[in-house]
Amino acid sequence: MDDKAVLVNGDDAVAMAALDTGVCLGCGYPGTPSTEILETFSGLGGRAQWAPNEKVALEVALGAAFGGGRALATMKHVGLNVAADPLFTAAYTGCSGALVIAVADDPGMASSQNEQDSRRYAAAAGVPMLEPADSQQAYDFMAEAVTLSEKFGTPILLRLTTRICHSKTPVQRRAFPAPAATGFVPDIPMRVMIPAYARPAHRRLRQRLAEVQVWNESGPLNIRYGDSRELGLIANGISVMHAREAAPDAAVLQVGMTYPFPIETLRAFADSVRRCVVIEEGDPIIAEACRGAGIAIESAPEMYRFGELNVGKVRRILAGDTTPDPARPPGKPPQLCMGCPHRLVFEALRDEACLVTGDIGCYTLGVLAPFEAMHTCVCMGAALGVGLGLRHVLPPTEARRVVSVIGDSTFMHSGITGLLEMAYNPPATGHVVVVLDNGTTAMTGLQEHPGTGRKLDGAPARQILPEDLARAMGIDRVTVLDMDTKGSGFRDTLRADLDSGKLCMIVARRPCILSLRKQKKIADVNKEGDA
Amino acid sequence: MNREAPVNVIVAGLGGQGVLTCSDLLADAAFRAGLSVKKAEIHGMSQRGGSVSCDVRFGAEVLSPMVPDGEADFLVVLEPTQEAPNRHSLKPDGVLLSVSDLDMDALPSKKAMNTAMLGMLSRHLPDIEETCWQDALNAAFPDKIRAMNRDAFAIGQSNA
Repeated sequence: MDDKAVLVNGDDAVAMAALDTGVCLGCGYPGTPSTEILETFSGLGGRAQWAPNEKVALEVALGAAFGGGRALATMKHVGLNVAADPLFTAAYTGCSGALVIAVADDPGMASSQNEQDSRRYAAAAGVPMLEPADSQQAYDFMAEAVTLSEKFGTPILLRLTTRICHSKTPVQRRAFPAPAATGFVPDIPMRVMIPAYARPAHRRLRQRLAEVQVWNESGPLNIRYGDSRELGLIANGISVMHAREAAPDAAVLQVGMTYPFPIETLRAFADSVRRCVVIEEGDPIIAEACRGAGIAIESAPEMYRFGELNVGKVRRILAGDTTPDPARPPGKPPQLCMGCPHRLVFEALRDEACLVTGDIGCYTLGVLAPFEAMHTCVCMGAALGVGLGLRHVLPPTEARRVVSVIGDSTFMHSGITGLLEMAYNPPATGHVVVVLDNGTTAMTGLQEHPGTGRKLDGAPARQILPEDLARAMGIDRVTVLDMDTKGSGFRDTLRADLDSGKLCMIVARRPCILSLRKQKKIADVNKEGDA
Repeated sequence: MNREAPVNVIVAGLGGQGVLTCSDLLADAAFRAGLSVKKAEIHGMSQRGGSVSCDVRFGAEVLSPMVPDGEADFLVVLEPTQEAPNRHSLKPDGVLLSVSDLDMDALPSKKAMNTAMLGMLSRHLPDIEETCWQDALNAAFPDKIRAMNRDAFAIGQSNA
C-alpha cells in the first residue's frame, strides 16, 4: 500500500477504508452527498452495485453480512427513511460478518428536500453510530465500524454530512488483517424474527447496547482536544472543527460515537470545565442527552438549529449572539439545462394548465420560471400517490387536470408501487403519469439504474423499461415518445390522454444531454470488451 | 487573529465554468507544497448552471474546511455576477481576482479560463512553488488538453 497521504473527500475516504478492510460488497442508491462512496469503491476495484432503492440495498448488504461477509450500504439521509424497515429489525437480528450503513445528512439542504437528523435513527433503531470530523476520521471510523460490527454482532451507522462527504482533507491509508472466509451458519432464533424469537432478540439488543456503551466510555472514538479548565465544548462531526477553530483556547470533546452516548465521559468532561457548551449541527440531541442525565451544559439557541454551522456561528453561540444572519445578495439558482428534453414536457404542462404532482430529480426545477409547472414535491415516488389522492377527491373538472411527473431512476426507486396503486385503485377520472426518461440518474451525477441497461461500472445489464411494467399492469394507454426538438407530439398525446378518462402512461424519452459523453465512453469500453 | 491563520481562498462562479477543477488544482498544488490543506465544496443542484463556490484553506494547521465570513484572503470569481453574492467572505484588505481582469482573447480556449484565473492567483501565493503548480496541472489534465491548460495558466500568471 502507498504510504503517502492523499488529499481526498470523505466519501472517497470511506471507500478506501472499505477496500482496505476487505468489504466484499457495497450496495446503495445514489444520493447527494453520499453518491461517490460506491463510485470510488468500484473505481478502486471493490464490488459495488446500485440497488433500485435504499431498502433493497440495505437488505442485500444485510444478507451479505448474514453470510459472514463485510458489507457496506450507502445512502443519503432521506434514503435511510426508505431503508428504515430493515434497519430496525436488523438491529434485532444482528449480523455475523460486518454491516456498515453509511448515511450522509445534508444540513442546509444543498441538494435535499429536508434536513432531518439521522442521529435520531440510531437511537430509534438501537444501532450504534459513529461520526467522523474529517476525511482521515472518515477512513479510520469506517475501519473501526467494521471491527465494532463484527465484535458486537451489530450493524453500525456511519453518519456523514455534506461537509464531511465533500471536503477534501489528507488521508493516510494503512493495512488491516484480512476478513474471515464467508459462510452461513444457521441460527434460526437469531435470524428469523417471528414474535417468539423477536422478544428475546429485543432483550439481547438492549444488553448489547449496554455493552457497546461501556466500550464507548473508554474507547478511542471520543477525543479531547486542549486542557482548558475554563471553557469546554462538546461537539460531533464537522462541528468539532468549527468549535476548535472558533475557540482555540477552549477544551473540545469530540463525541465520535454518538449512540450509545458515552454519558459518563460527557459528565466528567463537563465537570472538568467551568463553562460547558454543546456545539452540534441540526437537532439538539447531545444537549438533550446531557440534560436528561443531569449534566449542566449550555446549548445553542433555537435559531442555530437551522442550516449548517460554521466557525462564525460557533463564535456567536459562545457570545450569546442571537441577531439574525445578515441578508446576502442571492446567488443564481440552478435551472434545467438548455437543450434538456424535460423542458418540452414542462412547457406543455404549463400551457395546458395541468396540476402537476412532481418528484425528486433535476426535473423538480420545472417548479421554477419559466415553467412553474409543478405543484407538489415530497419524496421519492410521491408523484404517483399524491397525484392519485388528488384525483380521488377533486371535483371531476379539476381532477382531470392532474398529472404525475416522475423521472426514470425515481420511477425504478419508488414509482413502481405507485403504479400498482394506480392499477389497483384507479380514480374515476383515470390518471396520467409522465415518465421523464433521460436514461440516467442525472441529478446525482449520471448514475446507472435498472432502466439504463448498465451496471454501476457501465457493464451491460438486463434493462427494465417503464412501459413494459405499465403494460404488464394493464395500464390502458401507454405511449413512448422520442423527445426530439419538436417533442414528437407530446402535447397532443397529453391532451388526448387527459381527455380519455383512462389510466395512461407517457414515457418521454431522450438521453440527458449531460450524459452523452459518458455514454459514448461506456459504449466504446463495452465494444472493446466484446472484440 | 492568531499567527498561524491559514491562507483562505474562495473560488466562485457558475455550474460548468470549472470552479471545482480550479479549486481542486489549488488544493493539490498547496498539498504538494507540503502545506496542511482543506477544501470544501457544494455539489448537487449546482450542476445545473447555478452559483457554485469552493473554499480552499492551507497553512500550518487548518481546522474547519469552510472559510469564515470576512476571512477570505482571496476571492476568485469566474463570473462577474458572482462577486456580489460572495463579497461578504472577503477580508477588508482581501484581494479580489475577477475574470473581468483577464484578457479572454489571449487564451488558447475560453474553456481554460479557470486555469488562467488560477495562474493569476498563483502570483499572490509565494508559499507554493512553481513546480507544485506544474505538477498539479500535469496530474489533473489528460494529454489532449494539458498543454492548452498550461498555456492558459502561464497567461494568467503574466496577467496578474
